[in-house]
Amino acid sequence: MMSALTDLTVAAARAGLDAGDFSARELTQAHIDAMARHRTLNAFVTETPERALADADAADARRARGESAGPMDGVPIAMKDLFCTAGIRSTAGSHILEPFTPPYESTVSGKLKAGGSVLLGKANLDEFAMGSANITSYFGPVTNPWVAKDGDNRQRVPGGSSGGSAAAVAARIAIAATGTDTGGSIRQPASFCGIVGLKPTYGRCSRWGIVAFASSLDQAGPMTRTVEDAAIMLQVMAGHDPKDSTSAPYATPNFAEKLGAGVKGLKIGVPREYRVDGMPQEIDRVWNQGADWLRAQGAEVVEIGLPHTKYALPTYYIIAPAEASSNLARYDGVRYGLRVDGGDLKEMYENTRAEGFGAEVKRRIMIGTYVLSAGYYDAYYLKAQKVRSLILRDFTSAFEQVDAILTPTAPSAAFVLGEKQDDPVQMYLNDVFTVPASMAGLPAISVPGGLSDEGLPLGLHLIGRPFDEVTLLQVASALEEAAGFDARPAGF
Amino acid sequence: MAELLKEPKRLKGNTGEWELVIGLEVHAQVVSNSKLFSGAATSFGAEPNTQVSLVDAAFPGMLPVLNEHCVEQAVKTGLGINGTVNHYSRFDRKNYFYADLPQGYQISQYEFPIVTGGHLDIEPEGEVAKRIGITRLHVEQDAGKSIHDQHPTQSYIDLNRSGTALMEIVSEPDMRSAEQATAYMTKLRQMLRYLGTCDGNMEQGSMRCDINVSVRKPGEAFGTRCEVKNVNSIRFMRQAIEYEAKRQIRLIENGGTVEQETRLYDPAKGETRSMRSKEDAHDYRYFPDPDLLPLKLDDTFIERVRAGMPELPDEKRARFVQDYGISDYDAWVLTSDQVNADFFESVAKGRDAKLAVNWITGDYFAYLNREGHDVADAPIGAEKLGGLIDLISDNTISGRIAKDVFEAMIETGKSAGEIVEEKGLKQITDTGAIEAIIDEVIAKNQDKVDQYRSGKDKLFGFFVGQVMKATQGKANPAAVNQLLKPKLDG
Repeated sequence: MMSALTDLTVAAARAGLDAGDFSARELTQAHIDAMARHRTLNAFVTETPERALADADAADARRARGESAGPMDGVPIAMKDLFCTAGIRSTAGSHILEPFTPPYESTVSGKLKAGGSVLLGKANLDEFAMGSANITSYFGPVTNPWVAKDGDNRQRVPGGSSGGSAAAVAARIAIAATGTDTGGSIRQPASFCGIVGLKPTYGRCSRWGIVAFASSLDQAGPMTRTVEDAAIMLQVMAGHDPKDSTSAPYATPNFAEKLGAGVKGLKIGVPREYRVDGMPQEIDRVWNQGADWLRAQGAEVVEIGLPHTKYALPTYYIIAPAEASSNLARYDGVRYGLRVDGGDLKEMYENTRAEGFGAEVKRRIMIGTYVLSAGYYDAYYLKAQKVRSLILRDFTSAFEQVDAILTPTAPSAAFVLGEKQDDPVQMYLNDVFTVPASMAGLPAISVPGGLSDEGLPLGLHLIGRPFDEVTLLQVASALEEAAGFDARPAGF
Repeated sequence: MAELLKEPKRLKGNTGEWELVIGLEVHAQVVSNSKLFSGAATSFGAEPNTQVSLVDAAFPGMLPVLNEHCVEQAVKTGLGINGTVNHYSRFDRKNYFYADLPQGYQISQYEFPIVTGGHLDIEPEGEVAKRIGITRLHVEQDAGKSIHDQHPTQSYIDLNRSGTALMEIVSEPDMRSAEQATAYMTKLRQMLRYLGTCDGNMEQGSMRCDINVSVRKPGEAFGTRCEVKNVNSIRFMRQAIEYEAKRQIRLIENGGTVEQETRLYDPAKGETRSMRSKEDAHDYRYFPDPDLLPLKLDDTFIERVRAGMPELPDEKRARFVQDYGISDYDAWVLTSDQVNADFFESVAKGRDAKLAVNWITGDYFAYLNREGHDVADAPIGAEKLGGLIDLISDNTISGRIAKDVFEAMIETGKSAGEIVEEKGLKQITDTGAIEAIIDEVIAKNQDKVDQYRSGKDKLFGFFVGQVMKATQGKANPAAVNQLLKPKLDG
């Protein structure tokens, strides 16, 4: 019954371990086998089976002593390779960090480790988390386990940047995975792979030890197959960290508190500005379906206005690259990572960064450098920051009226590998629905809403009030229940 | 002291007089056990790369956390220089690539500094006093050090200094002479040392300055300035200003124009040379550091820092004049360094303050200089010096004998009392004994007595000398004078 073990949710695995139905070692071995079986997905940059078995044995030993490290004790997970893990190579999907093994553990991966979770490996991702299709990784693209129905076997992208994490969870290689989300990097791949992806409120999880992309936007979160699992995993990941000045000094609530409590009496907003031109009919359909489900369960669904929505994507593509251009300056070949020698310091910098960074990373560094440069700062960066406050204000006033906002997660289902690859703007449009919540620092979640006409998963996106993941998860669990999404990628 | 204080002198060129305009940007390393944004230690002279945290070396995912003590030190300094401590300030990134700048940016404060405005009152040597305006004080990280002379083709990097807290204190272009600039630096250094916010050790690099120099014809608008970078002694600063001013005057008078540029002072050659021109200036792409929250300070915090401020130099100087009755000059000398001021107070306490000043600024400072000691580590401390002064005050020894006793103290390390006792240097104050010796001297020198009485009264000194000689200097000089006069006059 090995395949059954890989079908378990976090909650079910936990129950089975507690009941002694199987050991953490058995559970882990089943996932290690799946990892080996599905290596063609390229979901992992680094597999850590030995570490996984050692973690599992430690979990079993704890259980034998009647102890527990927490709700994830003994649960095999994948770690996005943006999290620094002590003694395990941490690449950020980049050539420039290919040889980098940190001597320290990120706060979030450390919490998961302390919480007894089993590390299967480091999940593939877009280079420095820059991308929406997981095609920019130095370690090659990740394949989505889903293919279209009716014999269309073309490989699909898993979304990005947390594409390896999403593919691993969807393919039953890992019970859960960590992701990070800057403009949609948890939610969009969750939507493409038919899983749940939660981006918590900015400041909920520590950024310490996560390779930085855009500091004011980056946020770690869980990627799971159920809403309940997302709540369980976030419980372990979240918490104030004095090492991250932007981490919120708030107590962590019980995220699972209102799961299954229904949505009766709640008000759900549907923003009219998200009905963008040229939106595929199937996206519209699943969105309306989502609204109907919530209404049927007693929620009041109202149309709301978020007037600055159309500026979110362009301003995001100013602020994120600006911060990235500065954050990535440290990869200079001097102290760690790749160094390509040159005749002098400047040449060494040029050689190292030319060879170390891929095209998308270079593009964003150049955009970021440009928008911060003298004479352009006011017109781009400063203006973008002002627009950002307007976007936040839109949400703030909307949340005076509603308890959560419902939108599609992405404007399409997973596209074919190789499509949209030559047009960065087309690629950037993938984030059109996820970016506004990022800009406002709000918690948001993608829940599988159904299948596209081609039989590919489509996500529904909920945005919540700051630091109110409890209500967000409450609504998400109602959607999940109504959707009854039980499709799975063929062969996984 | 009676010298006439002058306006700063102008420089003479072929086309007439020129006025110098100087503004200073001083970088002062904050006294703190750990760095501005990391827990790494900051002590000077440690083995290379032993005081470096993962944050200082800019490892992936590392984040800065503001050191509150450094903020307190900056606020204290801001209050000391009469500035306004801002309730809101912000850290910005200054982006540039260099091998000893691990992050690829320096965290600094660009748009919203922690302190705005302020001034220092200076008293330049030989010139009239002046108030120098201060534009701002901000807090920033220092870079590491590149070492280029250890290998023929490679450079070494020492990151010990990387991330250390600096205060950049920017003056207005208010100085008009090298003397004023010198006085400003001296005053600022004194202030920082009093506050304990910077140790002021220029030779160790914990205080260094960038000098903005321009020249103009009196009454005209400011000329184009050049910035002389990273000068690390007051002497070099003076030389750099003088050289740079003359260079600019010569250039203009020969029909050239001053280019705005960054220059370096070469102390070996005594000249400045161009480092980079305005065109080559970096575009630092400043933007708010998204890893740090804005720094918000409330009045409670500011007032708590204010309450912990020590007495400042000018206040102390006024108090010394008032409480101890010493001259303003002496008070100025003593308060120039807090350690000296404290030393004076412990010596003067319960003693004749003027006598204490004379001894401290005279023989005692001479002794420190000669032996290469500081007040803090000198074998003869306040207690021993006080003991010597006590013996003078109670007439046990004369001031003249005291000098010998002091030398003996230096030699032997013994107390003044012990030396006076051992060598039998106690002053003879017994008038009977002195009278007997006077009589003896008069008897031996009858011819001189006759000459004295016939009008050569300068010989009085001769008789005093003879009496002192006969007592090996131990006779109380006042008593000798008093008793000798009537006997000679007959």
